[in-house]
Amino acid sequence: MSSVIRVTGLTKHFSALKAVDGLSFSVEQSDIYGFLGQNGAGKSTTIRMLLTLIAPTEGRIEIFGMDLRTHRREILRRVGAVIERPDLYKYLTAYENLALFARMSGILPSSRILMQQLEQVGLAERAHSKVKTFSQGMKQRLGIAVALVHNPDLVILDEPTNGLDPQGIADIRNLILHLSAHEKKTLLVSSHLLSEMELIANRMLIIDRGKKIVEGKASELFDPGETLVELDTSDGALAEEVLHRGSWKEHLQSRQDGKLLLKMDKNRIPAFVRDLVQQGVPVASVQPRHSLEDYFLSLTTANQHVEAFTDRAV
Amino acid sequence: MWKLLQIELFKIFKRPRTYIPFGAIAAIILIIQLGLKFDGQSYLEMGMSSVSDTFNVPYSLIMNGYLVAFVILNTLLIQIPLLIALVAGDMVAGEANMGTLRLLVTRPVSRTQLMLVKYAASVIYTFLLLIWMALLALFLSMWIFGTNDLVIARDTVIEHIRKTDVMWRYIAAFGYAMVALSTVAALAFLLSVFAENSIGPIVATISIVVVLTILSEMRIPLYDNTVKPWLFTSHMLAWKGFFYSQSNGQGDTIAGSIENLPSILRSLSILLGYIAAFVTAAIWAFRKKDILS
Repeated sequence: MSSVIRVTGLTKHFSALKAVDGLSFSVEQSDIYGFLGQNGAGKSTTIRMLLTLIAPTEGRIEIFGMDLRTHRREILRRVGAVIERPDLYKYLTAYENLALFARMSGILPSSRILMQQLEQVGLAERAHSKVKTFSQGMKQRLGIAVALVHNPDLVILDEPTNGLDPQGIADIRNLILHLSAHEKKTLLVSSHLLSEMELIANRMLIIDRGKKIVEGKASELFDPGETLVELDTSDGALAEEVLHRGSWKEHLQSRQDGKLLLKMDKNRIPAFVRDLVQQGVPVASVQPRHSLEDYFLSLTTANQHVEAFTDRAV
Repeated sequence: MWKLLQIELFKIFKRPRTYIPFGAIAAIILIIQLGLKFDGQSYLEMGMSSVSDTFNVPYSLIMNGYLVAFVILNTLLIQIPLLIALVAGDMVAGEANMGTLRLLVTRPVSRTQLMLVKYAASVIYTFLLLIWMALLALFLSMWIFGTNDLVIARDTVIEHIRKTDVMWRYIAAFGYAMVALSTVAALAFLLSVFAENSIGPIVATISIVVVLTILSEMRIPLYDNTVKPWLFTSHMLAWKGFFYSQSNGQGDTIAGSIENLPSILRSLSILLGYIAAFVTAAIWAFRKKDILS
C-alpha cells in the first residue's frame, strides 16, 4: 500500500527552540490517522509544515509520492485542511466564504453543490448569514466545509472539535468516519480529546516535545493483554520501595497524584496484589485503566520521568 | 491570475471600511467647493496678493472649475496617501490578523502570485479612489463653477493656460498621481508583510511618508543634492509640472507645451523604481515567511 504522507527526519527550529525534532512517520491510504500530543508537543508546527505554512529546518515531506518542496501546487490541489481555529472572512456569508475558497482552489462549483456542502455540515439554513454572527461551533463546521469544498483526497484536521458541544463533537466524529468509509478519503486528525481519537483513529502517532514517542495501529497500541494498573495506597514510599526491590520494578510507569501507575499483563494482577499485601503495603485499591488517555499519559509522563532522571544523573 | 484578482477585489469591496476613504474625499471636496463658492474671491485675493498691486486681477474669470480642481488636488494629493495606506497596509497583515492568511497560503496558488494579485488589487483600489476624486474635484467643480482659462500663481510667476489646453493636463496629472499613490501603496504593502495586524503597517507608512515629506520640503543645502533627489516623497508632487508650460517670445503660453518634461519623466522613473523595489522586497519576504498566525 502506498503512503499518502511520508515524513522523514522532520525538524523545525524557532531560534533556540526545537519545536519538532527528527520526526518520521507515514500515513497510508484511507487511514484515519490520529496525531496526538500535549499542548506544545509540536503537532500544529508539524501540520503547518505539511501544509507549507512553515518551512522545515531539516527533513523531507512527501505527499502522494511527490516532494512537497517541488510539487507544492499539485499536492495542495488534493489537500483540504482546518488549522487550529476556523478563521474565515467574518464580513462575508457562509456561502460567500465557501464559494471564495472553492475558486481559490481552482474550481467553480454550482450553487447547488455549495448548498449541499453546507447541508453536509448542517449550515444550509444559515448559508446567507454573515460569519460574524456564527457561534464557535458553526465556524468550526464551516471551516470543515471549506476544507472539503474542492473534494480533496487528503484531509488534515487540526483540533477539529475545538469549541464544539457534545452533539457537535459527535457530528464531526460521524463526518470523519463517513469521509473515510464512504468517500475513501485519508484523514490526519490531531486532537487533545484523546477519547475522541480512540473512537475514530485506526493508526496513531504520539509525539512529545517534538519527538515521536510511538506510532502504530490503534489496536496494537492497546494491547488487550497488557494494561495500565493504578495502585492506590496510603504508604506510597513503602510501595515504591517494595516495587524497586522485587520483580515489579520494570512494570512501573509513573506516579500521578500519589497513585502509582504500572503496566502489566492482566493475568498478573492477582499475584501483584498478593505480593504487595504480603510485604505489608496497605493497598486501598488496584484498578486496571485501559483508555487511550491513560496510555498517552503513561507514555508522555514516562518520557518526562526518564529525561528528568537523566538530567539529575548528569 | 484574473480569477484571483476578482476574489481580492470582491473581498476589498465587501468590507465597509473600504468606503471610508471615498466618504472622506467626498466630504473634504464638498467643503472646499462650498467655501470657494461663497468666499472664493477672498481666497484668490490672499493667493494673488503679490501681483494684485501690479495689475488688475479679474477674480470672477479666474475662479472657475479648473482652478478649483487645481486647489483641491494641491490640498488632497498630500493627504490621500494616508487613505491609501488604510487599505494597502491591511492587505497581508489584515489577513494574518483575521487568521485567513493560513487558509489562503494552503490553497494551490503560489505565494508570488498571491502577492502580485494583492498588490494589483491595492493599485486598482487606488485607481478607483483617484477616479472618484477626479469626478468630484474636476467634473463637479466644472459643473458648479463653469470653465475658463486656468490661472495659477507659482512663486512670482503667473501661469496662464487657455481653457482648451487644460483637460489633457489634468488627465496627465491624474495619471502621474496614480503612480505616486501606487508608490505609497507599495510601501504599505511591504510593511504589511512583516506585521500580524494592520495598525502597525498603516501607522508606519504614514510616519515614513510624513518624515520623508518634511525632509523633502526642508531647505537644507546638505540634503538638497544628496538625499532629497532620491526620496520618493520629493517626486510625489511632480504632477504640478504638467501645469507649467513654455512661453513664446511675447510671453504667451505655448499650447500643448510642458516646461520641463525630462524632469517629470525622471521623477516618474524614480517612483516606478521604488514600486518595483518595494513589491519585489514584499514578495521575497513573504516567500520566506513562516505563517504562524
